[in-house]
Amino acid sequence: MSATATKLPRWAELALLPAVNLLAALLLSGVVVKILGESPWAACRLLLGGAFGSQDGLGYTLYYATNFMFTGLAVAVAYHAGLFNIGGEGQAYVGGLGVGLVGLWLGHLPFLVVMPLAILAGAAFGAAWAFIPAWLQARRGSHIVITTIMFNFIAAALMTYLLVNVLIKPGQQSPETREFGPGAAMPAAHELLARIGITFAPSPLNFAFFLALAAAALVWVLVWRTRWGYALRVAGQNQAAAVYAGISPPRIIVQAMLLSGALAGCFGLNELLGSQHRILVDFPGGAGFVGIAVALMGRNHPAGIFLAAVLFGALAQGGSQLSFDMPKINRDTVVVIQGLVILFCGALENVFRGPLAALFRRKEAA
Amino acid sequence: MMNLTRLAQSLSKGLVRAAAALALGFAAARAADFTPAIIYDMGGKFDRSFNQSAYEGAEKFKKDTGLAYREFEITNAAQREQAMVQLARRGAQIILSTGFTQASAVEKAAKQFPNLKFVIIDAVVDLPNVQSINFREQESSFLCGMAAAMISKTGKVGFVGGMDIPLIRKFALGYAEGAKYVNPKAEVFQNMTGTTPAAWNDPTKGAELAKSQFGRGADVVFHAAGATGLGVMQAAKDAGKLSIGCDSNQNYLHPGSVLTSAVKRVDVAVYEAFTAAKNGTWKPGQLMLGLKENGVDFSLDEHNRKLITPGMEAKLKQAKADIISGKLKVSEYRAQ
Repeated sequence: MSATATKLPRWAELALLPAVNLLAALLLSGVVVKILGESPWAACRLLLGGAFGSQDGLGYTLYYATNFMFTGLAVAVAYHAGLFNIGGEGQAYVGGLGVGLVGLWLGHLPFLVVMPLAILAGAAFGAAWAFIPAWLQARRGSHIVITTIMFNFIAAALMTYLLVNVLIKPGQQSPETREFGPGAAMPAAHELLARIGITFAPSPLNFAFFLALAAAALVWVLVWRTRWGYALRVAGQNQAAAVYAGISPPRIIVQAMLLSGALAGCFGLNELLGSQHRILVDFPGGAGFVGIAVALMGRNHPAGIFLAAVLFGALAQGGSQLSFDMPKINRDTVVVIQGLVILFCGALENVFRGPLAALFRRKEAA
Repeated sequence: MMNLTRLAQSLSKGLVRAAAALALGFAAARAADFTPAIIYDMGGKFDRSFNQSAYEGAEKFKKDTGLAYREFEITNAAQREQAMVQLARRGAQIILSTGFTQASAVEKAAKQFPNLKFVIIDAVVDLPNVQSINFREQESSFLCGMAAAMISKTGKVGFVGGMDIPLIRKFALGYAEGAKYVNPKAEVFQNMTGTTPAAWNDPTKGAELAKSQFGRGADVVFHAAGATGLGVMQAAKDAGKLSIGCDSNQNYLHPGSVLTSAVKRVDVAVYEAFTAAKNGTWKPGQLMLGLKENGVDFSLDEHNRKLITPGMEAKLKQAKADIISGKLKVSEYRAQ
């Protein structure tokens, strides 16, 4: 693992460069805040303080991060197979249906029975939703970017139909189901911590956070430590070489998309079992799309995805705190700040690479 | 000695008075500290329709009383409850939430803060510290359906809804009944814009749906679609047809092309809830606002004066009176 002098030292690659990018994004955000007539310094403190400064703030940050980890991992797995899965939103939505049906029908059973079933159902529903685009890509060559985007809309249509006409709790306006049974509630973090004698402010952070970490570990093992993962990466980088090596790209495409859809489908474990306790319209709320940014920023590596997910969780939580306490900063400004972070850390990540590398070369020469 | 005791007495009296004055001062300051709060749902504060109407009510309260209010715009589902808890912790005495999607969050927060006042619009939360304000949108939609059928030359009228949810079906049902009340043979075309919340903000698709309804022979189209409706109204103007506005009075948008608007006075509801809470007359429970309570109505102003003939106006007023008296029943769409 020795750092080569051609590029950046490894620590700079992994820590310094993202930090510099983040700093640049925050500086530019500061300019935006200044133009709006608020103090950038106070805004920065509110953003960071809101995300990490209090127990419940931290809870919300990690809660959002859990959502983004599931969808980010989904994008990453497909990416290693050379597929750009834009359908995380729809897969999370339909996967949530699986999770929710278990919650509705089997919620009276003990949690230890419900949880594995909910995981299986969420993964199965999410995978099933990814299967059709995968099959179309593998056998018919229909481009997965197009088909998965289309499947997001089909998922929305299907779910709205089900929630408005079939699953709705009778006699109410809002298209949402009744509450799940008591066994279908993920233990909240503050309850778990209370059991070992630590008091923690209530927040939606729940056991699903650990499930997301487990999923990240699972993805790492599968992609980098198994024969299948090797085949996946070969097929993703060069289909001709994969065929030459006896790997069937269509088979890999379908398998990778099934795993990708299953990961996205687990989204409902955190959002529905952990927080909402019912299925409601549009519960993914764009997390499937944030997952794309998270995966790109995290270099499609589970560790990177974890960090990127926490960053986006912090932006979501700190951003809402910001718009809460600074009336001049509305939710659209928060979106601008988030967009700047994506722009600098994703699209413009190489802007500072050259100057930094030159700096390191000069230091070594000296 | 005498002097000293007298001095002490007068001093203590003075102290008591000062303390009393201070206490009064605090009480006065606390009354001035009255902070209402409002939480807009996903549509956003400036949707020119439902949320904006609530915003205008809050602004009017601020203007009339000089009291500031706190506000928050929701961007994801988890924030609803979070925002309520934070507003509660920062001393908001009454928290008003717009839109049925916030019902479950209101329920949770109201249980957590039993001493605070909560208001929800467009949903019912049955708790001792919650006021649920609902509107009989079917009544104003009925009158708009009548107006549409009366002015239509083809006997075909259109409806463009936003997202396909029970609330919008309520508008559609009332509208169709109104049209058929005037002309039993009237044909009503109904289209919903979409199945995601994006359906509230898609003027392009709204315009396309309106155009397709015009293509099938409709000459009046009613929208209940938030910002999507702006496209519906523009398409009607471009095609030389008529449109009907929704929630806010939208007659001014295209004078001469907007037949009328199904007005829903969310602003009045917000204003009155805040004022009542300030004056201590606020009461929990259900409030149903229809034509009778001036909660909904059809709009008539200088922009559409020429479109609504005296004969039409008389019929509309008659129907309105009949609905208020209960002689004329408008059915309400009920979810299952």
